[in-house]
Amino acid sequence: MREAQAKMQLEINGKPTEVGDDAEMPLLWALRDIVGLKGTKFGCGIAACGACTVHIDGEPVRSCQMPIGEVSGAVTTIEALGTLENLSILQQAWIDEQVPQCGYCQSGQLMAASALLRDKPKPTDADIDEAMTNLCRCGTYPRIRAAIKLAASKMGA
Amino acid sequence: MNIRKIARRTFLIGATAIAGGLAVGYYYVRKPYPNPLEDELSEGEVTFNPYVKIAPDNTITIITARAEMGQGVQTTLAAMVAEELDVTLDQIKVEHGPADWTYFNSAMMEDASPFPFLDESFIVEVTRSMMPPIAKLLGIQATGGSSSMKDGYDKMRQSGCAARLLLIAAASQELGIDAAGLKTENGSIIDPTSGQSITYGELAAKAATLEPPSKLVLRKKSDWKLLGKSQRRTDIPAKVTGQPIYGIDVDLPEMIYGTVKMSPRFGANAIFHDDKAALAVPGVTAVIPLETPAGSGFGIIAENTWAAFKGAEALEVKWGEADHPPEDEGIYALFDKALSSTPHNIMRNDGNAETVFADAPREVILSAEYRVPWLAHACMEPMNATARWKDGVLDIWAPNQAPTLIQMTVSGLVGVASEDVNVHITTLGGGFGRRLEMDFVQYAVEMAKHTEGKPIKVTWTREEDTSHDAYRPAAKTKLRALLNPGTIPTALDIHLATPSIIKSFMGRTFPMLSPAGPDRTMVDGLFDQPYTIENYRVSTSKVDVNIPVGFWRSVGASHTAYVHECFLDEIAEKSEMDPLAMRLELAKEYPAALGVLNKVAEMCVWDNNFAKNSTRGRGLALSLSFGTWVAEVVQVNATEDGIVIENVWCATEIGEALDPDNIKAQMMSGIVFGLSAAMGQEITFSDGMVEQQNFDGFDVMRMHQCPTIEVEILETYHKMGGAGEPGTPPAAPALANAIYAATGKRIRALPLSSETDFA
Repeated sequence: MREAQAKMQLEINGKPTEVGDDAEMPLLWALRDIVGLKGTKFGCGIAACGACTVHIDGEPVRSCQMPIGEVSGAVTTIEALGTLENLSILQQAWIDEQVPQCGYCQSGQLMAASALLRDKPKPTDADIDEAMTNLCRCGTYPRIRAAIKLAASKMGA
Repeated sequence: MNIRKIARRTFLIGATAIAGGLAVGYYYVRKPYPNPLEDELSEGEVTFNPYVKIAPDNTITIITARAEMGQGVQTTLAAMVAEELDVTLDQIKVEHGPADWTYFNSAMMEDASPFPFLDESFIVEVTRSMMPPIAKLLGIQATGGSSSMKDGYDKMRQSGCAARLLLIAAASQELGIDAAGLKTENGSIIDPTSGQSITYGELAAKAATLEPPSKLVLRKKSDWKLLGKSQRRTDIPAKVTGQPIYGIDVDLPEMIYGTVKMSPRFGANAIFHDDKAALAVPGVTAVIPLETPAGSGFGIIAENTWAAFKGAEALEVKWGEADHPPEDEGIYALFDKALSSTPHNIMRNDGNAETVFADAPREVILSAEYRVPWLAHACMEPMNATARWKDGVLDIWAPNQAPTLIQMTVSGLVGVASEDVNVHITTLGGGFGRRLEMDFVQYAVEMAKHTEGKPIKVTWTREEDTSHDAYRPAAKTKLRALLNPGTIPTALDIHLATPSIIKSFMGRTFPMLSPAGPDRTMVDGLFDQPYTIENYRVSTSKVDVNIPVGFWRSVGASHTAYVHECFLDEIAEKSEMDPLAMRLELAKEYPAALGVLNKVAEMCVWDNNFAKNSTRGRGLALSLSFGTWVAEVVQVNATEDGIVIENVWCATEIGEALDPDNIKAQMMSGIVFGLSAAMGQEITFSDGMVEQQNFDGFDVMRMHQCPTIEVEILETYHKMGGAGEPGTPPAAPALANAIYAATGKRIRALPLSSETDFA
C-alpha cells in the first residue's frame, strides 16, 4: 500500500499546479504524466540531450534530472512560449527558417534558445555554440543557428 | 475471416493478376479495394478516393499515408494532390490516414529487385515492373527506401485530378453550364462568364455520387503552381509549439503506463528472476514475462512512466548466455573467417578479375582491408507504443513506418484477423529505419493482455533503446586494385563480409518464412556504382551471427560508400592522379555522375593542391543511392584541439526536385547523420552485451561541431530519385579522405575517433 502523502504544488506556466506526491520524480515525468503537459520531451534521462529543457525562474534546466522536490522556482515550458494563434518571435523564426524535421528535440532547442536570447540579445556564433548543446538527430543545427540570428534581429528591431 | 475479407483478398489477387494497374485511374475503372476512408467520415463529409475527403464547410483533407518522421514527406505528397485539386496548402488538412492495403508502397518493392539501378535492360525492367503487383499483393504500406515521392508521384496527382473533375461535373449539373466552360480556383468552381462561384464543400456530396472520370489529364509541369517550388511544411507549426503529436504523447482515458526490461544478451532468456523489489516500488502494479520472436524479457506495468522505469531498475534478473561470441574479438573473427573463404555471391563481375590478378606482378597490386562497426539508430523519440485490447478489438497507437506489417505480425498475438487490428499512426520523433521493426509494438500488445482492457503506453528508456536495436550491420571488406600509373586501375576486386539484413529482419518478423537468394542490401552502394573498370568484381559472404541487424538510413550504402570511396582515393594517390580527375575518368559513361562531380568541384573551387603544407585538407566522395547521385566535398582543419569539420559542399542530381528547400534540408540532415556516425559512433559487445547505453556512450554531432553546409540540386536525369537517405553515404568517405589530405593519416576503420580526435 502506498502511504498517503501530501500532494506537492509547483508554479507551472504562471499557475499553481499539483505535481503528485513523489518528491524524487523528475520534473519531466511530473509534467508529462501527472500534469499532462507533453511538449517537454523525454530523450535520454541523463541530461545528455536537452530534449526536456524547461525554464526554472528563467534559467534553462534539463528537467529529466531535476526531482520535483528540488524545484525552487517558477517553471516555464514550451506551452507558455507561444501558441499556434500567438507565436513568439522565436517560434516564428523557427517557421521562417523551416527548422524542424522530426521536431522531437525542438521544444528543448527553443527553450534553450529563448534563454540564450534573454541573456545575450545579439549572440555571436561562439555564444550559440556554447549555449546550444542540445542534440538534434536530424541535424538541423545550421537552421537553428540561422533562426536564432533571425529572431535576434527581429527582437532588436 | 468473414465474407467481406475473403472477397477482398480474392479480388485483390484477381485484380493484380489481371490488371496490375496501379494508378488511381484504375481505382475507378476496376475498384480493386474498398476505400478505407468510407469507414471514418465525419458528419456530411464525403470521400472521392483513398486520398481525398471534403466536408460541407469546405474542409479539404488529404491523406498522405506515409509516415512523417522528419523528412517532410507529408507536405510534398499533399502538394501533389493539391496541385491537381487546384487548392493551396494552407487550405487543406493533412492526415496520415488509416493502415490499409490500399496504401501499399510499390516504389519500395521495385527498388528491392536484385538489380543495380543503372541496369535498364529489358529483362531487368520487366522484373522491376512485376514488383509493384507483388507489393500490392502483399499490401505492404511502408515508409522507407527514400521511395515516397516516386511511389506517390502518379497516384497522388491522379487522385487530386479525379476529384477535381468530379467537382467540375457536379458544378456543371448544378449551374447548367458545360464543364469545359468552368474553372477552379482556391477550392471553388467558378463560371467566368456569370462570375458565379460554388465551393468544393457545397458540391462534394453531389460530386461523390457521379460516375468517376475514365480519363485523367494531369497538369503540365510548366503549369505547376506548387510542385517544383519550395513549400512551407504543414507539420512545422505544431512542432514549434509543443503539440502532443508523437507516439510518446498519446493520452487516453484510463491509460496506464509501462516499460520493458529485455534480455541484454540477444537470444538469451532469464534464468532467474525476483520481482519483489520491483513490485515494492510505489506505483508499480505488475511485472510480466515477455516472449516474442523479437526478444525475451519482462514488462513492468505502473501508474506512471517514472515508476515503471524505477521498477525495471529494481527488477532482479539473471540472464542466460548470448547466442553469439560474447566479445568483439570473437564476433569480428567470424567476419575474418567469412572473408578468407570463397564468396557466397558474386554481385558484379565485369571482365575477368580472377585471371588478371593471378597474372599481375605484386608491385602493381594495391590491397587494403576496411572495417565498419554496428550502429544504433538513436531516434530522438525513444521506442514506444500504446496498445488497448478490449472487447475483441486491438487498437495500437504508435510512431511506425510499416502499419500493415504491424497488423500482420501482431494479430496472431491476440488471435484476431489482421484487418481487425486498428493501427493509429502518430508523428514519428525520428525513424531512420528503426521504426520498420515490430518489437516495440509486440511488447505493448503482450502487456495490454494484462490490463483488463485499459490502454497501456509502453515507453522504453534510452538505455533499453540503445542496447536493443536492429543495428546497422558491421562489415569487413577486402579490396585489391591493379594499378595503372597516371590513369584509372585495370582491375578492382572487392569482397565484403557482413550479416544479411533481410535474413535477420525476416527471422524476427516472419519466422515461418525463409528468404531465398542474394540480399542486395549487403552490397547496395558497392556493386551498383557509376564507374567503369575493365575488370570489376564485387562479391559477398554472409556472416552468420545472431545480432539483430536492420535498415539504417541509407542501408548498405551507409558503409559500402565509405569503403569504396576511400579505397578509390588510395588508388588515386598511388596512381598519381587527382581524386576528382580519377572519378571523372571512371564515371565518364555516366553524365549524371559527371554532373554532380563537376558541380561540387565548382562549388568548392576544387584544387588538388588546396592548402598543401597546411593543416587543412579536403576530401571528395561520390555515391549513387536510392536513385539519387550525390557528390560531397568535406573540408577539415587539423587544429591543436583536434579535427574541425569546417565545410561541406554537396551537389545532388535527383532527376526531379518536387520541393527544392526540403530536398536541401534532407541532404543537410543526411550529411550530419553520416558525419555523426563516422566521427564517433559504434556499438561494441562485451560479456555478450551491448556496451553503449545512452548518449554518453553513443553520441551525436552537436551544434559546435556542425560545419557550414551548402547544397545544390541538379535535375537532368530521366528518373526521379529519393531525398531522405542519399545525402548520408558520401559523408563518411569525404570526411576520411579530408582527414588524410590534412594529416596524412589513412583511417581504414570507423569510427574515425578510434584513431583521431575531433575538436
